[in-house]
Amino acid sequence: MVRSQTISAKIWYALLIVVMVLIALTSIAPIVHTVAVSFSHKAYAAAGAVSFWPKGFNLYAYKQIVADSKFLHSFMVSVERVLLGGAINFLMTVLMAYPLSRTSEQFGGRNAYMWFLIFTMLFSGGVIPLYILVKSLGLFDSIWALVLPSAVPVFNVILLMNFFRGIPKELNEAGSMDGAGPWYMLFRVYIPLSLPSIATVTLFSIVGHWNSFFDGMIFMRSVEHYPLQTYIQQLVVQMSISTMASDPNKYELMRQLSDQTLNAAKIVVAVVPVLVVYPFLQKYFIQGILLGSVKE
Amino acid sequence: MTGKAEQTRLPVRPQTELSETRPGKKSKKPFQAHYHLMLMPGIILLLIFSIIPMFGLLMAFQDYKISKGIFGSPWVGLENVTYFFELSDSKVIIRNTLFLAISKIVANLIVPLVFAVLLNEVRQRAFKRTVQTIVYLPHFLSWVILAGIFSELLLTDGIVNRMLEVFGIGPIQFLGDNRVFPYILIGSDVWKEFGFNTIIYLAALAGIDPHLYEAASIDGAGWRKQTRLITLPLLRATIILLATLAIGNILNAGFDQIFNMYSPIVYESSDVIDTYVYRAGILDGQYGFATAIGLMKSVIAFVLIIFSYSLAYKYANYRIF
Repeated sequence: MVRSQTISAKIWYALLIVVMVLIALTSIAPIVHTVAVSFSHKAYAAAGAVSFWPKGFNLYAYKQIVADSKFLHSFMVSVERVLLGGAINFLMTVLMAYPLSRTSEQFGGRNAYMWFLIFTMLFSGGVIPLYILVKSLGLFDSIWALVLPSAVPVFNVILLMNFFRGIPKELNEAGSMDGAGPWYMLFRVYIPLSLPSIATVTLFSIVGHWNSFFDGMIFMRSVEHYPLQTYIQQLVVQMSISTMASDPNKYELMRQLSDQTLNAAKIVVAVVPVLVVYPFLQKYFIQGILLGSVKE
Repeated sequence: MTGKAEQTRLPVRPQTELSETRPGKKSKKPFQAHYHLMLMPGIILLLIFSIIPMFGLLMAFQDYKISKGIFGSPWVGLENVTYFFELSDSKVIIRNTLFLAISKIVANLIVPLVFAVLLNEVRQRAFKRTVQTIVYLPHFLSWVILAGIFSELLLTDGIVNRMLEVFGIGPIQFLGDNRVFPYILIGSDVWKEFGFNTIIYLAALAGIDPHLYEAASIDGAGWRKQTRLITLPLLRATIILLATLAIGNILNAGFDQIFNMYSPIVYESSDVIDTYVYRAGILDGQYGFATAIGLMKSVIAFVLIIFSYSLAYKYANYRIF
């Protein structure tokens, strides 16, 4: 009796492990397939003969990319926006989180500022007024159009503020006894003590900047100013989707014209930076997400 | 307001008085100017890029012409909104928005719950962590990238259709068939987000006292009974909280995903408020009309968010700050 129970329990457990492995495989299979296509021979890819391992291995697609100045330029625009945008987001987050983490007794305006932030987070003018504003500020085709509208990541400010509030008040009192001002406290005490949280929110804004395509699409009028995601959206995805959904007569022709290995390689290049920061991201983000639930 | 509270409390706080007498500290509250200064750059940027566009919402009540601007364009009252409801498209768009958004909300609550409960049973910690690392990954990839990947996978002669062929099914026009496409949207959204959405459930599961399970198994309760009588009831608060907070998303069908995956053939089953606003506004230049629809959506969403957060605060003591 006892024995049969353990045997059936063992079978269930083995089944559970198999199901977990299958689910995990499903999560990366599409990406693995795309990598395989990018390294395959064009003819095999067009014939749909590639599954999860390259067929007719070659670097043709990547050689094309290296020679494609528009693609490389878009890549650099993305790198630029990530560095500039990430730096601005970081500065805004720490500079705003610190004063807001004071109690309203220590900082009289705290609650008013807080409500202002909440209001901007909950309500927005929407895409068209922003589009017209950016246009009238003359920021079209400028890198600033990609970093300034999202300069203040309000949600991150609130997350970090909650974390700062969890730092023992004694530290602050000790600091002010020694005559330390708020700038010293922020940069020498609070930031060093909250590096994991700051890393989390900064990595989130970096990935956000890398991944966003919409602002590039509406604020940039020429391909040379497109960030990478916008480039891929306009020159890879839209083409494929319209191929997909076009009428059967055109379908064959469009299909022959589109270069799947090249498209796949462009996608892989756009994914690699995310994969590079992912281990760091993964180290902190669970903490970061649960940070929001920190109570006083 | 705060000043008043301060005055009434001051007498019982001798430390504050003490610090007042220290040289160089004239104010009862030191560093006020510094705090304002720290906030200033961010507040200015928010004023420009969040608050000014809100005044742009006035164009929702105008026949807005970019050459005439907000001050010169003629006022039309609610005509933009009534015009939208007269269009035959409006019903389809609202139906699509609600269907896709609600389906995603429900699926994104249930699938991660099931997955988290199952994953929690795994005893090998290294294996568990590996699975988590892998399933979280798609969350960090953009819909541009995923649409690029899926459009290739789901071709009529793509890998998915070739697999289905083995079972004698298809080929299916996944992205070109109005009966199939909405489910592709829901399914791919769940695929992208389920792993990430387990984080909160796993945290809640980690908080359950293991003695409860020990006691239950001594009493002869099996896995199924333990799940039904211990795990799920203890997760109930988390589930209700997540469901409540999701109310605010009832009009968010997922612009980035739909925009990257749809095409004119499937507008009938996938055109939603946000995609329609984009096409009417940015592409066709009907600024006033598109803004009016966007505003209508924001107002409803705003009310829903306030409602859901106050529910969450009342019943689960949840607050964001």
